[in-house]
Amino acid sequence: MTLGLINANPVVHAKKERVARAEDSHADDAVDRLDVFDSVRDIRDPEHPYSLEQLSVLSEESITVDEKLGRIQITFTPTVQYCSMATVIGLCLRVKLMQCFPPHFKVDINVTPGSHADEESVNKQLNDKERVAAALENPNLRQLVDECLYSSELYSL
Amino acid sequence: MDKTSSWISHIEAFVDSSCAPKQQAASVDAIAALVKKDLLTLEALVREMELYLTTSDHSIRARGMLLLAEILNCLISKPLDSATVSSLVEFFTSKLADWQVLHGALIGCLALLRRKKNVGMVKSSEARALAESYLTNVQVQSLAVHDRKLCFEVLQCLLEAYPEAVEMLGDDLVYGICEAIDEEKDPRCLMLTFHLVEILARVFPDSSGAVASFAGDLFDILSRYFPIYFTHPRSDDFDITREDLSRALMHAFCSTPFFEPFAIPLLLEKLSSSLPLAKLDSLKYLNNCIQHYGTDRMIKHAGAIWSNLKDAIFNHSPHKTLSSTSEAAGNTESEENQIAKEALICLQTAILHLDSLEKDPILSLIVEDEDIEMKFGLVSNEGACTGISIESWRQLSAVGNILSVSSKASMSGCTRVFQKFFPRLMNILEVSASSSSYGCNTKNRTSSLNFGALYLCIQLLASCRELTLTSQDFSPQVTTVQDTWWSMLQHFSGPLVHALGSALVAVGSSELVSNNTGHEHAIYEVKGLQVLAMFPGCYLPISEDVYEYILVILVSMVTERFEDTFLWKLSVKALIEIGSFIEKHHDSYRGISFNRIVVERIVSLFQHDDSTMPLALKLDAISEIGTIGVDYMSRVIRLLEEAILSKFLAVCVEGCLEAAEILVPLLECYSNRVLAWCYTSGNFDEVAMRFALCIWDQMESITIFDKDVKLKDLLDRVMMTMKLLVWGCVEESQSLIVRKAYSVLLSTTFLSEESLSFSPSKLEGLQLTPDLVNLSWRDEWIVSLFASVVMALLPQTPLPDVKLLSNMLTTFLLKGHLPAAQALASMVNKWHVNIDKSEVSSAYTLDEAIEMILERSLLSIQSSSNLGKSDLLNNGERMLSCLCLLNKNSSFQNNAVVGLAWIGKGLLMRGHEKVKEIAMLLLKYLLSNPYKELHSDVSGSGDGLDVHTSLATSAADAFHVILSDSEVCLNKKFHATIRPLYKQRFFSSMMPVLLSSIKQSRLLSMRVALCRAFAHVISDAPLAAVVAEAKKIVPSLMDSFAMLSEDVLNKDLIYSLLLVLSGILMDDNGKEAIIENINTVISHLIRLIFYPHMMLVRETAIQCLVAMSGLPHARIYPMRPQVLRAVSKALDDQKRAVRQEAVRCRQAWVSMA
Repeated sequence: MTLGLINANPVVHAKKERVARAEDSHADDAVDRLDVFDSVRDIRDPEHPYSLEQLSVLSEESITVDEKLGRIQITFTPTVQYCSMATVIGLCLRVKLMQCFPPHFKVDINVTPGSHADEESVNKQLNDKERVAAALENPNLRQLVDECLYSSELYSL
Repeated sequence: MDKTSSWISHIEAFVDSSCAPKQQAASVDAIAALVKKDLLTLEALVREMELYLTTSDHSIRARGMLLLAEILNCLISKPLDSATVSSLVEFFTSKLADWQVLHGALIGCLALLRRKKNVGMVKSSEARALAESYLTNVQVQSLAVHDRKLCFEVLQCLLEAYPEAVEMLGDDLVYGICEAIDEEKDPRCLMLTFHLVEILARVFPDSSGAVASFAGDLFDILSRYFPIYFTHPRSDDFDITREDLSRALMHAFCSTPFFEPFAIPLLLEKLSSSLPLAKLDSLKYLNNCIQHYGTDRMIKHAGAIWSNLKDAIFNHSPHKTLSSTSEAAGNTESEENQIAKEALICLQTAILHLDSLEKDPILSLIVEDEDIEMKFGLVSNEGACTGISIESWRQLSAVGNILSVSSKASMSGCTRVFQKFFPRLMNILEVSASSSSYGCNTKNRTSSLNFGALYLCIQLLASCRELTLTSQDFSPQVTTVQDTWWSMLQHFSGPLVHALGSALVAVGSSELVSNNTGHEHAIYEVKGLQVLAMFPGCYLPISEDVYEYILVILVSMVTERFEDTFLWKLSVKALIEIGSFIEKHHDSYRGISFNRIVVERIVSLFQHDDSTMPLALKLDAISEIGTIGVDYMSRVIRLLEEAILSKFLAVCVEGCLEAAEILVPLLECYSNRVLAWCYTSGNFDEVAMRFALCIWDQMESITIFDKDVKLKDLLDRVMMTMKLLVWGCVEESQSLIVRKAYSVLLSTTFLSEESLSFSPSKLEGLQLTPDLVNLSWRDEWIVSLFASVVMALLPQTPLPDVKLLSNMLTTFLLKGHLPAAQALASMVNKWHVNIDKSEVSSAYTLDEAIEMILERSLLSIQSSSNLGKSDLLNNGERMLSCLCLLNKNSSFQNNAVVGLAWIGKGLLMRGHEKVKEIAMLLLKYLLSNPYKELHSDVSGSGDGLDVHTSLATSAADAFHVILSDSEVCLNKKFHATIRPLYKQRFFSSMMPVLLSSIKQSRLLSMRVALCRAFAHVISDAPLAAVVAEAKKIVPSLMDSFAMLSEDVLNKDLIYSLLLVLSGILMDDNGKEAIIENINTVISHLIRLIFYPHMMLVRETAIQCLVAMSGLPHARIYPMRPQVLRAVSKALDDQKRAVRQEAVRCRQAWVSMA
């Protein structure tokens, strides 16, 4: 694809502390944004051995969940404006959410407004069902996504 | 002569290099045995071996030498005459020059040198000759590691056993050793070389000796190893750790004072290294060197040592506040803290060893040190604790520790430190000395005490208290001479106490409670008061009324500040410390004031209900007070017993429910804390027996119980207390209690009304009163308490009138009185089998008793009118056929089944045969076919089926009773007789029967009951036993899932079955069984994923599926779509834990492809 790294020297942030959920058998265990965040925070960046959380691509605040309507909305921020990996990151997010949440949830994935040079087309590509399906048929792309999702070679700070 | 030829063949076998090593070792043993038995003299042997020992073929000569040496090695403890020894020594000494046979020669020399005096030792002159030959001929460095080790061992032997012989060799020897040990690398050899240096120094202690002149060279060789850097893994065949090496090197370093000019500079230099390990080692070495090199040599290094130690302490002191680290410090002691600790230890040694009476170089250095001065000025001005930065906390604790160590060392040191620092601290704390007792500082403080100064002041106080404790003899000049630390302390102590006290009072009242600041202050204020009150007798610097003031302040904290738990606990702990100190020193004088102020106050607090303090805290305080000593505890016991008995009366007679709420915690405190303390301190017996008898007296005297006393938890608590009381007593006391209880029992109403002797006509009367309705409350209490006494008895304690007792308990059992059943089971379990019949007049055997119990239980289950009382067991079939006729007595039957279960448990645990009968009986209830009998049932009433079902269910649950561990009785604590592996035995005897019954059963209800019994048996039996039978069990296990998952009430049972399944899944044997039934297992697990009644079941089912994804691919792959469909539905589960497991499970099964 491209020669060299797109963002050779990203800023790495500290991980947020994991919140252990209280063991309360009567608590309302509805899906919330922390659930969603917990499932995607450890996805590895396609370029670097850091998690999306460490690179501040995602945060808990960038996720909204509406359990009643069955909607999950994620907004993520690519590390650089012209990041060609934005679509790959979006694809990873979609695949991961498909695996972790029941199919009746509608998932919307967008880049943060103004964070990407080609914002509109990226958003369109990410939420186009058929293009997503086609992308996952591509063995190279599929492999890249799987590596990001199940990689254990994250550097911890 | 044929003997000769036989041992010659051994020689040949050894010398022949083609022989196996095992055979060669056998040859050595054979020849050595011959010599040992005097069948062969060494002389003859050597003569026979001449050719081998002198041939010009190197390899044969070496083997020959080795053989002779090995034989000598085996003969170390065999007496030999001196001529033989001399000639052998001479021979081996000369052979040291023959490098081809050196290995054998070294072994031989070593074997000879190791001989003890009583078996013929090497002469001194010969040893010297050997040493000389060794020094001229052996080039240690060029040898292989095993030979080097031998060489060092020879040297060690020479130095240890023949010091006077080798001493004459002087410089040559030392030089030779230097050469030998230079550049050694093998850890085993290094251990030896370090040790060699150590003993070498012992051989040449003279200042003009050889070691003194070679000290530089020797140390040069040693110093290269410091600090030991050794990263070898531990799992090593020669078990040497870094610590071993480091310790050996340390001993070598300290072995002679001649090393001092070289060692101290090296250690001080390494102390400033950045490696924590080097620092730590240097400190340890330095500490040892100071002790060994002597004051004269070390005195000149005092300045350097101090400045280096100072740096170490200041840079590595702990930087967290004490209160927060005190819990964590125990387990994780960081390197930092260790360095600071070692440095302080070293400083203490330095002060002890270098400071003589006239001049204290180190102390002067400390007292006059500018850094200390500056830092003291800085940190003592830290106002509040929370404002302290990490760095200044580090400084503060460093200064505190240094001052504390230096004042702890000696009286004079203490005085110097006090003179310099104490008045300034007092000044900062705004405490002014007063020649009068006190009174200058009574004004209320507006601001809290300065934290830094407070901390340092408390450190100083604590260390001078320790000083008084360690110095055995009382030195009167300390207390009489002006200007000692003591007189200064005495001047200031009164006002100081008042300052601390009023600050402490202020802490609680101000808003500081809300944050931690107050607590940090309070810790040191309380500690200060505590320390001041804990000086041993003659050293006490405070006057009597100040002492009492301390106690009053602390007690007022306890009585008034109970909202602040932290402060409260702190004060109670301080008071207990003070009390224990008084107790330990037998200070009766102060004991009186302690009693008056503290004990009385807390006791009265406890006695009067009016105070607002919560009961739990009162009990805490009072039981803590008791732990001070026996006298205190007996007072507390009296107090608690009085309270318990009076509340007991209030509850039982007046029906006062509030009293019951107080009584339960009282009993809890009594049984958990007081009795536990008594048990460890040894006076359990008298206390427990007296109180148990008291309770029985009380029971006897109360004739009318209030109607409303239906307090189940109170009764449980009283029963538990009674059990604990009886449990710890010795046999005699137990039998006293039993007899007392028995006499009370005899007075109960039911015993006077109905005779308990068994007769069928009585039974009818019984059946009319199947439950406890007509039993008065008093009677129920008495029976329950009596049952608890019986449960906790030792097996050897005799019971009065066993026959009547078992009859009576059986009656209650049938009435549904659970404790009676448990007591009966305990009786049966502990029944003395070997009892001498002639001894007991009314000898009543266990078998008779069981027979009686079974008979009566069975009678109650079936109608008495249908059958005679004999031949019951043989007529089981007939008896069962009438089962369903008695539908009106259903609760009666259930009671009997529960009772049988308990008795069965008691029998099973002692390994008695009769348990089989009971088990078979239970099984028959499970198997009885209600429809068949219903059909023939004349009355045909509809609830016959219900009766049967409930009976079958209780029969199934009986298996749970039999196999599960009980908290209440029949456990190790209450002296049950327990045969090992009794659960396994029961499991393996029941399993075939249950399995075949399940297979044969046609009726649904019967199948459910059987599955229930089966589920109880496999979930309560040890997992290892179950897993071993996995192949047979798994199909029925699946059946049970199907049968039991319908009913909500079975959810716990389902969960324990799942746990059994997951246990089977973890085992290799079990995996095979699962694979055989893979289809059913997976379909049942999938159904359990959606089990609506219990989240844990769903979660565990999914976990089992995850585990199953690891089974052989070919067997599980067909199930994949099915599992994935189910699991993705589970992604929508209500519970988060289930969802998360589902994600894991889905991933495991997806990635399988």
